[in-house]
Amino acid sequence: MKTRISFEQELQEMNEELAGMGEMVVGSIQKTFRAFAENDRELAAGVIERDRAVNEAERSIESRCLMLMLRQQPVAGDLRHISMALKVVTDLERIGDHAADIAELVLRLNSGGSQKRMEVLAEMVNSVQAMLQDAVDAFIRKDQLLAEQVERQDDVIDDFFNQVKEEVIKLLKEDRESPDRAVDLLMFAKYLERIGDHAVNVCEWTEFYDTGELKHHRIL
Amino acid sequence: MNKNSIYQKKIRMSDQVLKMLINLCAALALALLAGIMGYVFYRGIPQINWQFLSTVQSSAKGTFGILGNIINTLYMIVITLLIAAPVGIGSAIYLNEYARPGKLVRAIEFTTEVLSGIPSIIFGLFGMVVFGRLFGLSYSVLTGSFTLTLMILPLITRSTQEALKTVPDSYRSGALGIGATKWYMIRTILLPSAMPGILTGIILAVGRIVGESAALLFTAGSGFQLPGGLFSKLFESSGTMTIQLYLSMTKGKYNQAFGIAVVLLIIVLGINLLARYLTSRFDVTRQK
Amino acid sequence: MNIKIATSDLNLYYGTNHALKNINLDLYENQITALIGPSGCGKSTYLKTLNRMNDLVPGVKIDGKILLDGEDIYSPKVDATLLRKKVGMVFQQPNPFPMSIYDNIAYGPRIHGIKNKARLDEIVENSLRGAALWDEVHDRMKKSALGLSGGQQQRLCIARALAVEPEVLLMDEPTSALDPISTLKIEDLMGELKKKYTVVIVTHNMQQATRIADYTAFFLVGEIIEYAPTTELFSRPKEKKTEDYITGRFG
Repeated sequence: MKTRISFEQELQEMNEELAGMGEMVVGSIQKTFRAFAENDRELAAGVIERDRAVNEAERSIESRCLMLMLRQQPVAGDLRHISMALKVVTDLERIGDHAADIAELVLRLNSGGSQKRMEVLAEMVNSVQAMLQDAVDAFIRKDQLLAEQVERQDDVIDDFFNQVKEEVIKLLKEDRESPDRAVDLLMFAKYLERIGDHAVNVCEWTEFYDTGELKHHRIL
Repeated sequence: MNKNSIYQKKIRMSDQVLKMLINLCAALALALLAGIMGYVFYRGIPQINWQFLSTVQSSAKGTFGILGNIINTLYMIVITLLIAAPVGIGSAIYLNEYARPGKLVRAIEFTTEVLSGIPSIIFGLFGMVVFGRLFGLSYSVLTGSFTLTLMILPLITRSTQEALKTVPDSYRSGALGIGATKWYMIRTILLPSAMPGILTGIILAVGRIVGESAALLFTAGSGFQLPGGLFSKLFESSGTMTIQLYLSMTKGKYNQAFGIAVVLLIIVLGINLLARYLTSRFDVTRQK
Repeated sequence: MNIKIATSDLNLYYGTNHALKNINLDLYENQITALIGPSGCGKSTYLKTLNRMNDLVPGVKIDGKILLDGEDIYSPKVDATLLRKKVGMVFQQPNPFPMSIYDNIAYGPRIHGIKNKARLDEIVENSLRGAALWDEVHDRMKKSALGLSGGQQQRLCIARALAVEPEVLLMDEPTSALDPISTLKIEDLMGELKKKYTVVIVTHNMQQATRIADYTAFFLVGEIIEYAPTTELFSRPKEKKTEDYITGRFG
């Protein structure tokens, strides 16, 4: 006979909601980037609006986790599962925030006359998007291999950021870009870099779920 | 060697001596029992034959038999139990389940204990005077049974009470908790659960009846004839085997006495085996 | 939510000992209510007043009202047998009767006059299924109930209580004598039971209360200190005494 039927069910629900939030965040990022690429102001405004739903999801999952801790006294895998969820939502929520931040930048960047494409930035966008998608997949499926792969991606993103920075400096020096737009571009890149960091965090917590270790330090 | 080592076995002399003494005592007790049994059987068995078991004594033919006494004993057992068992079990149920624990219950329990310690000849005296003379029952099965009832009632009451006390309270509350009435609970749960203990008490009572002589000599009498009729027997003088044994002894007929003794011993042994069997048979807590 | 049992101004005395003081408590239908508190706080005593098992204890005096579906269970018109049919009880120690599994379950229905074999078979099966025990025992119904494990015995006792079709189920520390896995099985079972019955459980195990109870009442020396939805009581109790007790800083 199976035991703890209702606990299992609640864990399952928590997991589904968490996956839902992950997908929601990935969706926000995708929309933001499309708005950036296609110069779609409406889409960008939509992402800013969507951030509220992401915050809502964070609160709901936090409440679920706390309830489970209160009512079910989780231990072992259950405890790691729930504490992972509790930590991961914070990263996911941040990523959502950054998506909204970028969407605001998109609104401003696009309003500033002719859109000059910066190749490095476009590549960075693609790279971050792929990384985030992988990170969310890794943690939904608890895929440790994929998680490790994502963590290694972080250096690539950092490289991209440095390249964008140099590019922006070059643009400024050559007086080909207004300081306003230059700063915005740099901010854009910085947000992307932060998203990468949060994606790495998500993967680290995915590993924690498996091992109880965070960055190779035993914390549980 | 390490001072704290546990490899320092000592031979303790006093333990050894005591152990030997205890073994000796046990051997002595066993030897006594075996000796008595052996001697009784050695003397008694040659006396036992078909005539001994299937006839009554006849001075005309000069033969001896104890059939009448065997039947008298059976009568005494059945009639006494018919009176004593319901009354004893009933009063035990009352004392244990209905009466509020207090002075009265303690007084009754004390009385029954004292009653069971009274020498049996006193019961005989009382039975003869009250049942025999006052009630006019004279020497008869009934007089004897009434007297024996007084003797074994405390025994049955006590053993039933003890048996009821061993039934866990959780059975009672369990049954009452799903709406059983008190009597229904007693009938369906308590009595079946207490049955082994109750039966043990009854078997012990039977042993007491079979072995009793002093209380019966002046109440049941010493008649040895076969019953005149199933019911008229109740009013006839009826000596049990034990009484006959006593009579044979007083007449100096020791061979007869040993013969009866063998039969009695076999019956007592049989009763004990039966008690064991019934107790296990009715033990409801046994997992089938 | 419907109120199944309403207690108002209940006082109970054991001789001169004032064991329950002015209890006011509404128990909701199809909910699990846990009664917690230190030993001797009156929680078990209160539970037993709900089906008048206290009547059996000499020297008990009760005043106040307990309404079951609006009927006062201490009214002189009440038949305790009918009350206990409606308000069943499961005890701390599993107490199967020394008889077969089948007869244990059929015991209650037989008291209440059901003799038809087919009907009894049906009740026995349904009750055992209701207590999640059918699959484990259906092929040994004639065997003694005493041969079951502790956890199975307790589920048997729950099935026995269900067999008289009660509306309220009182449980007096039903898992305190069981191992953790059997305990969790019984807790799962209670989650199922509340769909059909109103469940009131006394427990020393506060984690158990948080796991299963919708409402929790905290008793202390014969009084109810706090009564609230379980998550509320255990996450932000209003009373200092409650907080001290549930965090183990009592005394």
